[in-house]
Amino acid sequence: MAEIRNYTMNFGPQHPAAHGVLRLVLELDGEVVQRADPHIGLLHRATEKLAETRTWVQSVPYMDRLDYVSMMCNEHAYCMAIEKLLNLDVPERAQYIRVMFDEITRILNHLLWLGAHALDVGAMTVFLYAFREREDLMDAYEAVSGARMHAAYYRPGGVYRDLPDTMPQYQANKFKNADAIKRLNENRSGSMLDFLQDFTDRFPRYVDEYETLLTDNRIWKQRLVDIGIVTPERAKALGFTGPMLRGSGIAWDLRKKQPYEVYDRMEFDIPVGTNGDSYDRYLVRIEEMRQSNRIVRQCIDWLRKNPGPVISDNHKVAPPSREAMKGNMEELIHHFKLFTEGIHVPSGECYAAVEHPKGEFGIYAMSDGANKPYRLKIRAPGFAHLAAMDEMSRGHMISDVVAIIGTMDVVFGEIDR
Amino acid sequence: MSTRIESLRDALVAQFGDKIRATLALGELTVEVAAEDYHDISLALRDHADTPFEQLIDLCGVDYSTHTSRSEGLRYAVVVHLMSVAANLRLRLRTFAADDGFPVVASVNDVWPAANWFEREAFDLFGILFAGHGDLRRLLTDYGFVGHPFRKDFPISGHVEMRYDPDTKRVIYQPVTIAPREVTPRVVREENYGDVGHG
Repeated sequence: MAEIRNYTMNFGPQHPAAHGVLRLVLELDGEVVQRADPHIGLLHRATEKLAETRTWVQSVPYMDRLDYVSMMCNEHAYCMAIEKLLNLDVPERAQYIRVMFDEITRILNHLLWLGAHALDVGAMTVFLYAFREREDLMDAYEAVSGARMHAAYYRPGGVYRDLPDTMPQYQANKFKNADAIKRLNENRSGSMLDFLQDFTDRFPRYVDEYETLLTDNRIWKQRLVDIGIVTPERAKALGFTGPMLRGSGIAWDLRKKQPYEVYDRMEFDIPVGTNGDSYDRYLVRIEEMRQSNRIVRQCIDWLRKNPGPVISDNHKVAPPSREAMKGNMEELIHHFKLFTEGIHVPSGECYAAVEHPKGEFGIYAMSDGANKPYRLKIRAPGFAHLAAMDEMSRGHMISDVVAIIGTMDVVFGEIDR
Repeated sequence: MSTRIESLRDALVAQFGDKIRATLALGELTVEVAAEDYHDISLALRDHADTPFEQLIDLCGVDYSTHTSRSEGLRYAVVVHLMSVAANLRLRLRTFAADDGFPVVASVNDVWPAANWFEREAFDLFGILFAGHGDLRRLLTDYGFVGHPFRKDFPISGHVEMRYDPDTKRVIYQPVTIAPREVTPRVVREENYGDVGHG
């Protein structure tokens, strides 16, 4: 009789299904996973240490680069931590803008997750569909901040600037004739809110399209149903948050339970799974996209009716306007001190968390009164999820490992930090 | 919310007495415990009847050696953020490692399985050892990395750099060639600096 041995297989870090730079050492008995040992840190940039050598505001763009598919939500937690330490109020309009962009970010994140997850499991089309919609939302990012991804739009005390009145237009080029360009620019003729409203009108139909492709798809269900089951008790013990916790049947959402900004005024539902498997987590995230769309719609309606300031008028924290700076000595000093020395945050420590698309994203900020953080700890949701990789994949086949990585929605920018 | 956190503080003080030092600031409750009580209190908090802290949200190391107001005492601390899903409350638990030269803290991996990677990270970055962890390998830094980079005495540019050496035709490590540069100095201003009426 032939001798049967366990195999140790190396998966990644360049494997396309490893979602970046995950190196997974799998111990296999035939095709069944006995042990999975993720090796992370290949994208470690020591963001927390770098933040200790930068002023508080200088670290805002680093936050974009943590979870680089849900940029503004990272900034949000960081700004909330600073505001909590400073005991600073954010103007109401800025709070609505933040909520709106948090939800736009959630849709962006879930679209990428959906496309990449389906691609891993073998469905190519969804990826192309998802990126079609991402394009519109990234245009909104660009219109408001000037950058398609790394926005640095949220600032301590509010947001960098108000929503623009115009959207960038497509220009005539040799690939598209004038008629096609005109059609493309149709929903871009008004303000950014008009553009987003048009998007929210269209988006539920797009989600239906994804569901047509996947929800009842036999292959999709064969690959996801009963894969990576996590019981509610284990999900809590393993530190799961967000859709991973809700997929296991716990109705926990910081937007409802510990509301921040204006989430307590929003109408939306929390989808919850029943079996705690990958398919339930898929359904949860699909429904979250529909709910996010609802929230964006409510924010648009409010923002249309209520103009106002979008950043705090405390010039020890937020810069004065350019006009004021040019004509007023005191404002000039404020501007100079703010951009050379930075914000002085009172001594203390705080933890601020947001319901990030992936789970609870928290910033534990510690200040000793200086213009730089003393210690900054980033609590990344994906870190706790990936730590459970071993437990979730044990006893599954190799091909299910890919599905489990997909269902966890891992992004290495935040896990490695 | 704030009254609920106050009653939690009172309940914890009543239960644990002088084993804990509870402070309430910015609406957040911080509980400091001695290193020898850390594991027992963690277990008691998790299995607490009214407010079971069943979730470990975060665990991190802190190096207090250059802190303007707390640099006198022990150097390394472990800070744990707990959450109670049932009671919708948060709690911060802090414990200092007794020996600065050889910081050891009990592992809470058996209390909350989520602590596994967080403790590995704290070991990797701060060199804090977690007694009873069982799998305390480095997590984030490179294979064969020397030192604990998040300690305050570890320079931001590190000690070694890696490059391809055309002579030996392989990747080599060498001492860093760039000098650390600080564009904006770190300053701590006195209270109410620059406020109206302060000059």
